[in-house]
Amino acid sequence: MSRAMTLKASQADLSVSLWRRAIDLLATFAAGSAVVLVLLPLGAVFGYLVYKGIGSLNWAFLSQTPKPVGEAGGGMANAIAGSALILGIASVIGVPVGIGAGVYLAEYGRNRLGDLIRFTADVLNGVPSIVIGIVAYGIVVLRQRHFSALAGGVALAIMMIPTITRATEEMVLLVPTAVREAAYGLGVSRWRTTISITLRTAMSGVITGVMLAFARVAGETAPLLFTAFGNTYWNWNMNQPTAALPLQIFVYAISPFDEWHRQAWAGALVLIVLIVVSVSAVRLVAGRGMLKGSS
Amino acid sequence: MANRAVGAHPLTSPELAVGPALAAQPPAKPEFLIKDSTSQWADRTFQFAMLACGLTVLLLVYLIIYELTTKGTLARHAFGWRFFFQSDWDPVNDRYGALSFVYGTIVSSLLALLIAVPLAIGVAVFITEMSPRWLRTPLAFTTELLAAIPSVIYGLWAIFVLVPLLRQSVQPWLARYLGWTGLVEGPPYGIGMLAAGVILAIMIVPIISSIAREVMTAVPQQQREAVLALGATRWEMIRMGVLGNARAGIWGGIILGLGRALGETMAVTMVIGNRPEIAKSLFAPGYTMASVIANEFSEASGELYLSSLVEVGLALFLVTIVVNVLAQLLVWSVTRGTPARSHV
Amino acid sequence: MGVDIQVEHLNAWFGKTRAVQDITLKMSANHATAIIGPSGCGKSTFVRCINRMHETVPEARVSGQIRIGDLNVYNGTSATQVRRRIGMVFQKPNPFPTMSIYDNVAAGLKLNGFRDRRQLDEIVERSLTMAALWHEVKDALRKQSGASLSGGQQQRLCIARALAVEPQVLLMDEPCSALDPISTSKIEELIFQLKQRYTIVIVTHNMQQASRVAEYTGFFLLGNLIEFDKTEKIFTNPSDKRTEDYITGRFG
Repeated sequence: MSRAMTLKASQADLSVSLWRRAIDLLATFAAGSAVVLVLLPLGAVFGYLVYKGIGSLNWAFLSQTPKPVGEAGGGMANAIAGSALILGIASVIGVPVGIGAGVYLAEYGRNRLGDLIRFTADVLNGVPSIVIGIVAYGIVVLRQRHFSALAGGVALAIMMIPTITRATEEMVLLVPTAVREAAYGLGVSRWRTTISITLRTAMSGVITGVMLAFARVAGETAPLLFTAFGNTYWNWNMNQPTAALPLQIFVYAISPFDEWHRQAWAGALVLIVLIVVSVSAVRLVAGRGMLKGSS
Repeated sequence: MANRAVGAHPLTSPELAVGPALAAQPPAKPEFLIKDSTSQWADRTFQFAMLACGLTVLLLVYLIIYELTTKGTLARHAFGWRFFFQSDWDPVNDRYGALSFVYGTIVSSLLALLIAVPLAIGVAVFITEMSPRWLRTPLAFTTELLAAIPSVIYGLWAIFVLVPLLRQSVQPWLARYLGWTGLVEGPPYGIGMLAAGVILAIMIVPIISSIAREVMTAVPQQQREAVLALGATRWEMIRMGVLGNARAGIWGGIILGLGRALGETMAVTMVIGNRPEIAKSLFAPGYTMASVIANEFSEASGELYLSSLVEVGLALFLVTIVVNVLAQLLVWSVTRGTPARSHV
Repeated sequence: MGVDIQVEHLNAWFGKTRAVQDITLKMSANHATAIIGPSGCGKSTFVRCINRMHETVPEARVSGQIRIGDLNVYNGTSATQVRRRIGMVFQKPNPFPTMSIYDNVAAGLKLNGFRDRRQLDEIVERSLTMAALWHEVKDALRKQSGASLSGGQQQRLCIARALAVEPQVLLMDEPCSALDPISTSKIEELIFQLKQRYTIVIVTHNMQQASRVAEYTGFFLLGNLIEFDKTEKIFTNPSDKRTEDYITGRFG
């Protein structure tokens, strides 16, 4: 009697555990499929970029300015140069300010003001890029009375600053107090310690942050629409409207011309190679550990 | 106390004499290699410079608010709150209402969440709990690579790959089986709300999944072991031990993804159709707050027109701020004070 | 040459907690003075007051007077100037991780604006020799990172780094607590030699170490200096009951 009951119970156990195992398997399968479903578009995007881009990528594309509608050939050289100009301006403004703010937060920011700046930086990080465009339009374009590379650079700089700030803070805080104290103990002044010891120790991490910020804004289009605005010729004057690679891709992509579509793909390939190379380089550097060898 | 302790015992050696009278110093005047510069001045200057950089961050947000509120004044005075509840957008007659943009923004973002959330959580669960160890870093890196692709490239890809795919296969299929709901009916243009939702979903998956991974990794190992010790299967362990504990943080990630979707501009602009209409069907074209600014800002001729666009921008700014702050708080509640890293 | 250290009515706080209470004592030139006591007794804080490292901690405060030779530490000089006269060696070896061995030793001078290369080379060699590290590292001075050395070597590197700025006083805050016995005995030997040129203050929780290297010993308890005397006397015939209890291992 009692033996029969135990048998029944264990059978019930077995069926429950089978059911539970099935669910477990199903969950594993579902999660695995999610990974596949996410990697699919990634593969598709890169695949098409290479497939469509390579064919249109040639020397003319990299060395010439756009041809008028209807004429074949031409390229995006001026847009690549324009992007370089705009990103250069953005970096010149954004990198020092971002690093400075990060240093402030890490070294002097253990107070209310620091908390406020930290919070504000996070808020700024979430502001849509198109809104940043409006602001850059307001503070630069309206003053200059025309679109300019400078306005585009300011817009991108505003987007770089919070990312660099928070990355710098994080990295500087990772530098052990002992290292700082060693410098103080030698009679090195605080500012000198911060620059030559703390920042130098955190340097590879800070560079990672800067490169990530750079990669993030390098593909930005929205804030350039009404700041840098774009053009179709060479321009090195930062007070003039300037073409940018993402802008040109956008304009060509929504145009009705096949030739321009081809060029949009080529431009996109150039842009993504630029970004992926910088991000991967950063991963490699960061992967080696920022405080390599420190005890 | 210390004095008493010392003073209580006569000291044997004269070198140890302790008291107000200092022993005569040998007149040694050592030469130092380093001359002291007044470093305090330099320290102050440096601290001040760093503070100035920090204050720049505050100044920037102040500038954003200032620019948006002052330049939007005209529209605010002309339309008041009605601005957000009217859908006629008519530059010719200078009448502006943002309802259709608000609608398009919300619907496209929610649609994106609907698609992205299960995928993102699935990816996070797989990477942190199921995948073999050697596969974790490459998988995490690859999925995060999705976040590094610029919006405009997503847009380009969507126009030439996603939209035709939707038009030729997905939309007819959806219309056949789900047409009765009224949500997926009408001519399959390809371009429209559905395309915007799908492309947004692809863009926000890495954001949600990386935050989800972060908070799931933050769940202490003991929590997992505790559940496993009760005889749970792996999935039960994940559901109870991991997802249960990381719930608030995952919500934070979802809301962060929402914030990104709300403000996303280029990809959406390129595929949503850009028509200020409110349609029930997801096949119909729409318009979002970000795209109307992108398309019309540089061409807006009238002052009221421009001001209305800025007002749309202000609304977008405020909504994303609220959403981001909420997300930040939720993520912090799990990872405890370590702020969410900025994601590319 | 070393100089006397005269401490008068020294108090140190962390916020509202007083970690060091009204200490008065004199540590004599060219001798080693050991500071012993159970952990948390304020001995580290005490030595960190001598070179004004204490004030780098937020909310830390100090009152009282300290004189290093003719230099009044808390009156009329800057913290950086004080620290240049006082070398400090920390509990855990803390070489600058991004710098070579050479740069580590030269750091104190270079970062303070000292540029003469020839003299730098001499000082680096001299400091490393004094720290008994020269022969082990002379072939990899610029190639090898300071952080790549073994723990004991790192600590000697830190000592060389401290000696390079030519201080008068050497503060050592439990310099051997992170080291193995062999490295420890090397450092102790080193301290014995350095005594001839510097005034040494060494914090230690190891009583044998105190008796091996120091002529004088101060016993700290709960922020108070309980007893200060010749090392021999402290360890063989302490005057205070609490010292005796600690020495004989009854607490701490």
